[in-house]
Parts: sequence; structure tokens; C-alpha cells
Amino acid sequence: MNQAASDKKKISIVCFSGEFDKMLAAYTIATGAAATNREVTMFFTFWGLNALKKERGRKSMGKDALSRLFNWLMGGRNNLPLSRLNFAGASPKLMGGMMRKNNVAQLDELMEAASELGIRHFACEMSMHILGISKDDLIDDVQSVVGVATFLNESEDAHIIFI
Amino acid sequence: MKHFLDITKETCPMTFVKVKLRLAKMNAGEQIEVLLNEGEPLQNVPRSCEEQGYKVLSIEPTDNKHHLLLIEK
Repeated sequence: MNQAASDKKKISIVCFSGEFDKMLAAYTIATGAAATNREVTMFFTFWGLNALKKERGRKSMGKDALSRLFNWLMGGRNNLPLSRLNFAGASPKLMGGMMRKNNVAQLDELMEAASELGIRHFACEMSMHILGISKDDLIDDVQSVVGVATFLNESEDAHIIFI
Repeated sequence: MKHFLDITKETCPMTFVKVKLRLAKMNAGEQIEVLLNEGEPLQNVPRSCEEQGYKVLSIEPTDNKHHLLLIEK
């Protein structure tokens, strides 16, 4: 019989950096933890929000000229840079090719698995306010837009990992 | 009904993610055979299944590198 949700070990992952390799690390830990019966919460803040945008490429979105420029420059999931040796965006594509060649799950596949595993996705209210992003700009897996107090309450007794 | 899943071409974490997702879609009492590699999958897939309350009925080597795991939901 499966353990009740409240008896499960908990892991909360703060996705701050939003770089391609760090998002891969976050989703690898998240899906691995959920598949081994842990309750997983992911909290996306600042650059991490870029991975959750519905628009995968560059799109000008936001409430004023500066936020529209910022969002265009940052782009979406297709524009996540590598944390090292990015070479103007060439390296994530090369890395993706190497991952495919070695049968390693891509970010899309991990995010799809995270959705199927019921991993909770929270978006940071404050960062969204600064960047002028609304919940409608984010993928449907985002359960709600919350502040740090809610995140901490939801992460009571959880290991918190900051990526 | 007996299900079958080959995870020999998968790498961490998709080895146990795929097993978990397949088990979630099965009915209680159904069985699944999982073909897996020695090493990390062989060490961790049976253990994580047992931790989640599934019955590991057998683990048999099929050749030098692969094993067949039989699990009942």
C-alpha cells in the first residue's frame, strides 16, 4: 500500500538560476525524488521563471518598456544559456545533441515526467511582479503564484535545495 | 495481465521514473516485467518499488548485463 502523502519525505527545490544545465539538474533531482516516493515542490523565482514561459522563444511581454525588453532578452525555454562555456547560445544546442546521442533525458522530457508525477510548481509572486509576467504567460503546470511565506509553509519538514 | 517495460536504454532518472509512471497506470494485482541493466538500475529500481509498497516477486539475470524484474502492484 502506498504511504499517505503526509508520511512522505519532502523535497523543495528553489529554481533561481534558470540556466539550461541547472534546470536539468533541478528536474533530474525533482523527477528522481518523485519517482522514489517523495513529495516534491519546485519554486521558480527570477531567472528560473524563463523555463516556465509558454512562449519558448523570445517574446516581448510585460507591463512597461523595460520589462518587455528584459523578457525579450531573456527569452524562454529555448534560450536558456549554459552556466559555463555558453558561446552565445551555441553550447546548449551542442549539449542537447550530446544528450540525445547518449540517451539522456532532455529538459522537455523531464518536465513532462514532472507533470505526470504530480510535482508541484509554484511561481514567485515578487519576481513575476518585477518582470511584469502573469500566470497566463506560464505553462499550465504552474499550480499557483505564491510568496515566500507560502513556499516556506508548504516546505515545512522538507529538504530545501537552491539551484 | 502481465505488462512489460524495457529500461535498458534509459539513464537516471528516467529508469525509475518510467517504472513509477507505468505502475501508476496499472491496476492493483497486475504484474509487470522490467528488463533492466546491472548497476544503478538493478540496485535502485527494486528497492524503490518495495518502498512504495509494490511486491518484487523475482529478479533473474537474462545475460551478463541484464536482469528481469517481476513486480506486482
